[in-house]
This record gives sequence, C-alpha cells and structure tokens, in this order.
Amino acid sequence: MRAFEGESQSKRVLRFLRRNLTILPAAVVLVILVLVGVFGPALTPHDPIAGDLEDRYTPPWWVDGEYSSQTVVQRLDINNRRNEITLTAARVLDPKAGLGDVVRTEVEKGGSTEFLLGTDHLGRDILSRLVHGARISLIVMAVTILIGGVLGTVLGLVSGYFGGVVDEAIMRLVDVALAIPVILVALVLVASFGASFGLIFVILVGLLWVRYARQTRAEVLQLKQLDFVASAKVSGATHWRVLFRHLFPSVLNTVVVLATLQVGIVLSTEAALSFLGAGIPPPNPAWGSMVADGRGVIRTSWWVSAFPGAAITLTVVSTNLFGDWLRDKLDPKLRQLM
Amino acid sequence: MSRFLARRVVTMAIAMVVVSMIVFLMARLAGDPRNLYLSQDASQEQYDALTKRFGFDKSLPEQYWLFVKGVAQGDLGESTRETRPVSELIWGPFWATLQLGGIAFLVSILLSVPMGLYSAVRRNSIATQGLKMFAMLGQSIPAFLLGIFLIFIFAADLGWVPAAGRGGWSSFILPVATAAWFNVAASMRLFRSSMLDVLDTEYVKLARAKGVSGRSVIWKHAIRNALIPLVTFWGVNLGVVITGSVVVEVVFAWPGMGRLALIAMTNGDYPLLQGVVLIFSASILIASLLSDVIYALIDPRIRHASF
Repeated sequence: MRAFEGESQSKRVLRFLRRNLTILPAAVVLVILVLVGVFGPALTPHDPIAGDLEDRYTPPWWVDGEYSSQTVVQRLDINNRRNEITLTAARVLDPKAGLGDVVRTEVEKGGSTEFLLGTDHLGRDILSRLVHGARISLIVMAVTILIGGVLGTVLGLVSGYFGGVVDEAIMRLVDVALAIPVILVALVLVASFGASFGLIFVILVGLLWVRYARQTRAEVLQLKQLDFVASAKVSGATHWRVLFRHLFPSVLNTVVVLATLQVGIVLSTEAALSFLGAGIPPPNPAWGSMVADGRGVIRTSWWVSAFPGAAITLTVVSTNLFGDWLRDKLDPKLRQLM
Repeated sequence: MSRFLARRVVTMAIAMVVVSMIVFLMARLAGDPRNLYLSQDASQEQYDALTKRFGFDKSLPEQYWLFVKGVAQGDLGESTRETRPVSELIWGPFWATLQLGGIAFLVSILLSVPMGLYSAVRRNSIATQGLKMFAMLGQSIPAFLLGIFLIFIFAADLGWVPAAGRGGWSSFILPVATAAWFNVAASMRLFRSSMLDVLDTEYVKLARAKGVSGRSVIWKHAIRNALIPLVTFWGVNLGVVITGSVVVEVVFAWPGMGRLALIAMTNGDYPLLQGVVLIFSASILIASLLSDVIYALIDPRIRHASF
C-alpha cells in the first residue's frame, strides 16, 4: 500500500480496513476462534468429558419446557391417565405431596442458564465441549500444517533445485501419495491400532505435504534460472545456503497462502474422520464427533448436532474466505492452481 | 503419449502396492494378526489353518507374497462377522457405490461447466455473485453436515424424499446432491478462472480483432482450451469424490462400499475391511488412469510430447 505524504498512521490503517471490509467478518471469526481455543478451556463452567445423566438432553437456555398439572391419586384410572399421577410417582418429584394435591410435572425439559447451549446424550455441556473442541482443532491444525508444510516445502525445494534423480524420486513419491485414497487408509489404520491423536496427525500430514512439495518445486524450477541464484553460487554460497537463504524466502509467500487455504481442508477432514469414529478418539470433545452424537436425535434434540455443525461451517467458511483474500494479496499467480 | 501413460501406469501400480502393504503390515504390526482375521470364538483348528494359509510362522516378505498371491487369485478371506467369503459380500455394495458416485460425477460435470461459463462471460452480473457464493459454501460445508442438513429439511421436515437407504429414484436425490456439491463448486471455480485466462490470450484477441462473433469465439476458440485444466482436476479429484462417498454413504445409510468399510472397521472385521479397501483403491486407481487417457487424448501437447 502506497502511503500518501503527510498521512497519519491511523488514517492509513483506516483506509486499509475500508478497502478490505469484506474480509473483516471472517477475520473476526478467526480471531475469536483462536482466543476461545487459547483461553476458553480455563473459563468453561463444566467438565467437557464428564456429564450427569440426569441432565441429558437439556435444551439451550431460551427453550421453554412443557409442563402439565396432575392430581395425585391412589390408583390410576385406566380411562383418565393424563391428568393423574400416583402417590409414589408424585413423591419422587415432591416428597411432601399428598393425595388430592396438584403437582407440576415436566413433560418436556426446559433449558436452563446452567447449560447455555444445552447438553448431549450423556448430559455433557455442549458449550464447554465446543470450547474445548476449539482448542483440539487448533492444535490439530497447527501441528499438521506445520509438519506437512515443512516436510513438503523442504522436499519441494530440494527436488526443484537439484533436479535429476532426486527430483524424479520425489516427484514419483508425490504422484503415488496423490493416488492413495487417504480416508480408506485411515480406516485401516484405525481398525489396527484404534483411534488416537498420533494417528490423526500421521493421516493429515500424509494428506497435506504433497501440495507444498509440488508448488514449491514448480516455483524453484523458475527461480533457479534467475540471476540472483547464479550470483549467490558464483560468490561461493553452498547449496544449502542458496536453498534456505535465497530460494526459501522467495517461496515463502506461496507457502503461507497454501497453509491458510489448507486450514479448511484440515478442519473438515478431521471433522469428517471424527464423525466416522476414525478421528479424534472419544470421549475427547471433537466437533465432528459431537455432530455424530446428535445425528440420531436431530428431530427432538437438534442442539446436540446443530451447534458443533455451525462451528465447523463458520470456521471453514471464514478460513476459506481469508485464504482466498490472502492469496489475492500475496500471490495472485496461485489463483488458477487452487 | 505412450511414455506419459506408461509412467502413469507405473505410478498407479506403485500406489496399489503401497496400499496393499499398508493393509498387510498394519495387521501384523498391531499384534497377533490372527486375532484380527478370526472371530473371538474361533477354534484352535481355525487358528492353525490360518497360520498355515498366511504363513505366520514364516518371514514377513514370504508372508506378503502369500498374501498377494491369495488376493490375486480372488481369495479375500472370510468375514469374521458374516462367516461368508468377503468376495461375495463386496459386489452388491460395489455396484451401489458406483451408481451413486457415477451419477454424482455426471451431475457435477453437467452443472459446473455451464455455471463456470456463465460466470466467466457475465463477470459482474448479480447471478454471478450468487454463483460465487454458492461455490464458496459448497467448498466450505463438509459433506456430512450438508447431508444431515438436507435430510433434516427435505426428508424429516418436508417429507419429500426418503431420509436414508437406496430405493426408487427419489432416494438418489439427496445423496447425489450431497456428493456432487463440493465438486460442482470446485469445478465451477476452476473452469471460470481457466476460461478467464483463455479469454485473455492473444489468439482469442486476434479472433475478436478479425471480427469473429463473440459467441463463436467462446464456443469454438475458448471453451476447448479452457476445459483442459478441468479434465486434469477431475482426474486428480476422482479419488477424492469416491472417498468422499464414505461419508455420504454413512449419512444416508447407502448400502455401498464406504459404509461397508466403516461397518467393518467398527465391528473389527479386518478381512472384510481389507477386502473393501483393496478393491475400492484398485477401482479408484483404474478410474484415474482412465482419466489420464482421456486427458492425453484431448490435449495435443500431451499426445505429441515425448517426456
């Protein structure tokens, strides 16, 4: 961005914001997600893993319960069961209930402010699980994208720079990796070893590194023809120096853009695997498995699936929008490739 | 062209070997493989028979050879749950997956090309903004969520179509829509941008300068070249579409390979899982090889290149 003479810093920031207004909602969502993931788990009122079965399927706080008034009787009349309740049953609700009293019974549970977004089939607080799930998702994203990115970028740099047999070998590896159906392999791994965090990292890294390797190699092939690489070599730079001091900074933009665009892929793949029961091992609160928990009861207890579903969608939409925007800013030539 | 295809065949063959090795090795690394291949109440005789058949007392390479030989002869073992040969259990679901995947693929081609074309030619119309939004959502909503959402609205609430299972044509609508949406969105975006690139080339400008009509420029000069990246994309993404069907099949209780794989995984039915994964992977690899052939046929640069 070109600065105009005499323009103050704050004015420039304002102008930047105005020009990139469309990306603001997405950026806000992502900032909130990170804050929630980092600080949220310390603030949640409930344990994300242990729940009380008494609280199961509590709706969100704004949903009213349904109650009816029933008269306490000695024995239920077979024809008029609706408005009557036996003494034994009434005593469970109210120990002081006597014959002839009218007690209020709960037909459908109402929401309470104790569980703002309701509870699931085990009585676990959805909000607490969402917040803890955000941290898990962030960790999974950060670890897999970092490892996949470093691995892929290094292989791509080496492949493009040295060429020859090394290049041939790495590129065949890339082709093979692209051809392998990752989800199926994931199912085999889970069947043999059981679901675990280690496994989900391996599966996702296996999925992610390929893109970096291909893209970095393609760029290095062009970059190494340029003068600055030749001058570095002439002035006695070693291969490693050329690779990491001269070539790496030139491909960094691409790598950053790829990483951003992959956040959505990681999150949705991890969610899909968790949904299938092959991702983050239960009872950990992963968003994908939370959706799976509520799938069977979606008509009666919609909140169990709806909130984690909304969280996944909102996050993926935001990261995709942000990634597209970043690509247009940093690396427009990537446009046709993604 | 033959060199290009030869290389693709080799790549696919290696990929298949890698998949079979994963299937083979994981069962053996995770502990006593006989516990995976046999049900819990298997007799000592069955244990001994299995030891003999897979050569568990021999070295790993020898075991792998026995394993490959068995699979090549069509012997995929016996399901521990169903006590029937895996090869019998697989073909019904295979057909169901092929149907769903094939129709979804066809639908996504038929929709994405006109949508991409429209949004490239009428760049600033309101409909194009709508299409962009549609593509953004399609690429962002995971298939399992979309499926649940569609079931909730069109099956549970409105009752227009069945919620799950494979029956008449109406039972195809939701699964196909779910399986196709991501691909429609991705293909549309790709076709749009490749169309824009082509419309910006010198030969299109020359054709325009010569006085060729706008319609003719688009249909005769531009479209064919703009389709090339799309065909590559479909080839690469075929595997993604098919494996994506695992999720779609689970959500819609579609009696296909993906659902079978998941059932096998949940039941700990390793022989069945192994059979499904091998057959499924092999068909994905063959399908993407086919798309390579098509790619080579339509792109003269590949056909005549000698790399």
